[in-house]
Amino acid sequence: MNSIRARLIVALIAAVGAVWIAGVLWSYHSTQAQIEKVLDSRLMESARMVSSMMGERPTTFAASSNRSSIFQEGEGYSRQLTCQIWTLEGDLVSSSDNAPPESLAGSTEGFVEREIDGELWRSYTLINHDAGIRVTVGDKVDFRNNLIADVIKGLLLPLLLIMPVIGGLIWWSVSRGLKPLKKMADALSGRDASNLQPLHAAGVPTELVPPVTALNALLERVERARTHERSFTAYAAHELKTPLAGVKTQAQIALASKNEQIREKALSQILRGVDRTDHLVRQLLDLARIDIPETEVPVSTFPLSNVAREVTEDLLPLQTHRGVVVDLDIEQPDPPISTNSELLRLALRNVIENAILVSSPGQKVTVKLGAKEGKMYAAVVDEGPGMSADELSNATTRFYRGKNGAERGSGLGLSIVEAAMAKLGGSLTMQNRPQAGFEVELSLFCSPAVTPSAPCTASGGHHHPQTEKLDATAS
Amino acid sequence: MRILIVEDDSILRDGISVGLELAGFTTDAVSTVEDGRAASSTTPYDAIVLDLMLPDGSGLDLLREWRKSEQTKPVLLLTARDQVEQRIAGLDAGADDYVGKPFDLDELAARLRAIIRRAEGRGSSEIVWGDLALDPARMRVRKSNIDVELTRREFGVLRLLMSRAGGIVEKSAIEDALYGWQEEVESNAVEVHIHHLRHKLGRESIETVRGVGYRLATKALQ
Repeated sequence: MNSIRARLIVALIAAVGAVWIAGVLWSYHSTQAQIEKVLDSRLMESARMVSSMMGERPTTFAASSNRSSIFQEGEGYSRQLTCQIWTLEGDLVSSSDNAPPESLAGSTEGFVEREIDGELWRSYTLINHDAGIRVTVGDKVDFRNNLIADVIKGLLLPLLLIMPVIGGLIWWSVSRGLKPLKKMADALSGRDASNLQPLHAAGVPTELVPPVTALNALLERVERARTHERSFTAYAAHELKTPLAGVKTQAQIALASKNEQIREKALSQILRGVDRTDHLVRQLLDLARIDIPETEVPVSTFPLSNVAREVTEDLLPLQTHRGVVVDLDIEQPDPPISTNSELLRLALRNVIENAILVSSPGQKVTVKLGAKEGKMYAAVVDEGPGMSADELSNATTRFYRGKNGAERGSGLGLSIVEAAMAKLGGSLTMQNRPQAGFEVELSLFCSPAVTPSAPCTASGGHHHPQTEKLDATAS
Repeated sequence: MRILIVEDDSILRDGISVGLELAGFTTDAVSTVEDGRAASSTTPYDAIVLDLMLPDGSGLDLLREWRKSEQTKPVLLLTARDQVEQRIAGLDAGADDYVGKPFDLDELAARLRAIIRRAEGRGSSEIVWGDLALDPARMRVRKSNIDVELTRREFGVLRLLMSRAGGIVEKSAIEDALYGWQEEVESNAVEVHIHHLRHKLGRESIETVRGVGYRLATKALQ
């Protein structure tokens, strides 16, 4: 049962019903007990009355007297009392005319129930020693039960009539109470998919404030994510369509021009455009892969220098093409780190690639690997023009290209580095060097798996507190 | 017709530039908002091809700046964000037209001719002066319904003269319209083109206004 309304109605009706039944049972039993008590005391009263009357008369008179003169006849409940007067010796002196011929009770005093001719009688016997008689007054048990049933019927009828009224009231109250919920549901279901406006919080009942607040917060997050995605898509479209437009235009030129020189230049521009588009697509895919919100990335342990060597080798063609040399400067020892090698390679590749691209032919890029303050770092230093303050503050903004980057960059490189380092729990710092050039530093916490025999700090000296903290959290 | 191209992607910039030259335009190409601003303030362009996202700012901002300073040169936007709201924003900022990347070079040329024509206040693409009819789209000139073969530069000079409808066109204006920055202009280049035009269209077709420039002869009207 998934409707709150149905649940509430059923629960309320069940609860009210249970209380109602308990009340009915209780009043049935108490009414029955009360009536029994009243009827019993009537039997006693009547017996005493008869006995006291008989005390003033001689037994013989009583024996010959007309029965009906003593016992009045009546209608309904009034004629239910039956009386027998016996001598102590066991002779019937007198009886009411509705009395059975047999004795209603034994010779002892008190209440007795006895079945006579298939009918159950309840009687009270009183012994009058002065008059030498025994007075027995009795009731048919059926009569008593009918009386009890009639009284209880009179009580139950109004309660039965009230039952549907209570049910109706419960249904109405529940429906009315749930109105704000229905209003909210209507407001939400009436929206189209693009409407992420917050719900109105004013006038909402206090119970609904937490879900409405939570829902509004969620809507806001979704809206923000969607805006971000939309602008990313718009940028990505622009960034992809621009080189495509270039390729198409150059292709049209190659087709239209009869000039061999123009055609050749157009064709080589097409090749360049395809390479750049390929580069851009690769970076977009890299970024998309890093952006996947999965918490676990596979971790392996390897020396940082391995990754740096691989990346530098990968970039050899670019180095040759640009006339730039990449130097690896590895501090000894070269302790291993535990991290995701793919993301680290991606980050390092983008940083070194950037450094090569901003360098002029003949300049040098230095990749320095080492450890300090419990962290491994890779610092990439170039001799290029550096960045202006404006460029520096926007460097990791997606699709932002500094003035020097306009030629080849997609504006994604440093965004990829930042995202990858964030995912690895490391950091990215950039600065212009005081002499000349630019320095980008990637740093990562040392591997928690590093054993004390191969400490992370390159000097091998004192343990830095941060290392210890890391060890503690890792164990 | 001299066009300024503001586009940061070198391949596309080069492509538009070469392509429009093939279509009979004279082009200058720059890659930043700053260079675009400088170029447009020093050279009288017939139209400007403007990219939206540039390394040092937004093409839209540059466009708004121009329109604010009463610069009415026709502007065609290059946009990859070809969603409706982007087009609306561009047109509202004062653009005359747009093409979405990637586009067709012939379409770009046709749209440029159309916005230039509108800016010059002509309804038809064909310019007529007396018995001369010039079709900018087909780069075709007819004199008394007979085709006249002209070179690209000669066509450019004649187009400029005809678009002024008998007004005087200064020699420097002709040079500006015909040659981009990178091109070396011979001091007598314009005279040479005028000479060839007179040869092909008739000696009296173009008058020299001494010390000022040239204009089409009103005689051609008769």
